[in-house]
Amino acid sequence: MTIKHHLPDATLLGYSAGTLPEAFNLIVAAHVSLCDACRAGVESYDALGGALLNEANDSSMAPTSLETALRRLDDTRAPTPTTQGGVFPAALQDYVGGDLASVKWRAMGMGVKQAVLPTSSAATARLLMIPEGAAMPDHTHNGTEMTLVLQGAFDDADGHFARGDIDVADAAVTHTPVASKGADCICLVVTDAPLRFTAWLPRVLQRIIGI
Amino acid sequence: MRNPSLAPPINRGLILRDFPKAEDTPTVQDTNENDTNWVALMVRVRDQRDKTAFAALFTHFAPRIKGFLINSGADAPLAEECAQDVMTTLWHKAAQFDPARASVATWIFTIARNRRIDMLRRQRRPEPDDLTWGPAPEPDQADVLALQQETASLSVAMAALPAPQRDLIEKAYFKDLSQSEIAKITGLPLGTIKSRLRLALDRLRHAMK
Repeated sequence: MTIKHHLPDATLLGYSAGTLPEAFNLIVAAHVSLCDACRAGVESYDALGGALLNEANDSSMAPTSLETALRRLDDTRAPTPTTQGGVFPAALQDYVGGDLASVKWRAMGMGVKQAVLPTSSAATARLLMIPEGAAMPDHTHNGTEMTLVLQGAFDDADGHFARGDIDVADAAVTHTPVASKGADCICLVVTDAPLRFTAWLPRVLQRIIGI
Repeated sequence: MRNPSLAPPINRGLILRDFPKAEDTPTVQDTNENDTNWVALMVRVRDQRDKTAFAALFTHFAPRIKGFLINSGADAPLAEECAQDVMTTLWHKAAQFDPARASVATWIFTIARNRRIDMLRRQRRPEPDDLTWGPAPEPDQADVLALQQETASLSVAMAALPAPQRDLIEKAYFKDLSQSEIAKITGLPLGTIKSRLRLALDRLRHAMK
């Protein structure tokens, strides 16, 4: 798999530092699961974090703290099993409660379906299914929108996006992704502000269906 | 034509590769040697479950983790408790430590960061899929050494930064800095370390085929 569309460095740094909203952490984890280039990027920013930790001002621990820690080493904790190898990376499966078959879709009209995932309210994460050959309604956003392809592919003004590719759009972009023929297109979409549809009807729909 | 080395300094932003290389700097030797020792101790914890090695790591890193968490906004008792947790997590997850991909400080940083998200936001932290093969049983010593050296030069380069730029990096890791502010520090430093890690990942994938 060759991934052509990557995450911006600022997002990789934010993920490494641990300062992104939960929904963005989720899309970064999902993309990095599929993309070695961005994994190397995140691990580089981790190295910068390690350098900061190394130089952090020492704050002395209580005299008994080492003893306490040594006692706790004998507590055994079962390793958490991870499920890898599905359509969804493990991090996403944790939020869905399983792989693709477990998604609780809601119809949005014209064959498009979505499922909002439970994250903190600072940003929204949703899975979106666009039938092959169909288009998403035209929309712009107030903030940043990131779209990660998990199955199928789509084209928009920025190019062709297949599994693992990530499309980053900010407030300046109005775009109409069109799903490629061959398979329904399933994406993880994260926004830090609601979408704005440019046509009147979807705006009404937006209020009803909550995207 | 004037000699370029006499030209007035230009503001190059945060391109750390312009900063002194390891061999120009007397302190790097110590840093590097120390870090190699941390790797050896960590490998003893991982492979032999050696509690003496753990105690040495605890004595060095626990106070730094505590200081790091206090910088991130935790009060002292909470930071103390979390530093304990981070160190016991290091023991329990030692099998995941891979010296070809991270220094001990880097690896501890990732554990401390996740603990901080859990502690300050009460959120879970979505993590990438593990690489299915885990750490190589016998990583190439040249890879391990090279990665540790790059990490050490990164520390040296960061220490040499002018205060305002260093502050910006600290803010990016300890406070919420906006994405546009963060973009000011991503012109950054990590060119060589990034390609080294990329190479390590490629090699691992190749070895598994």
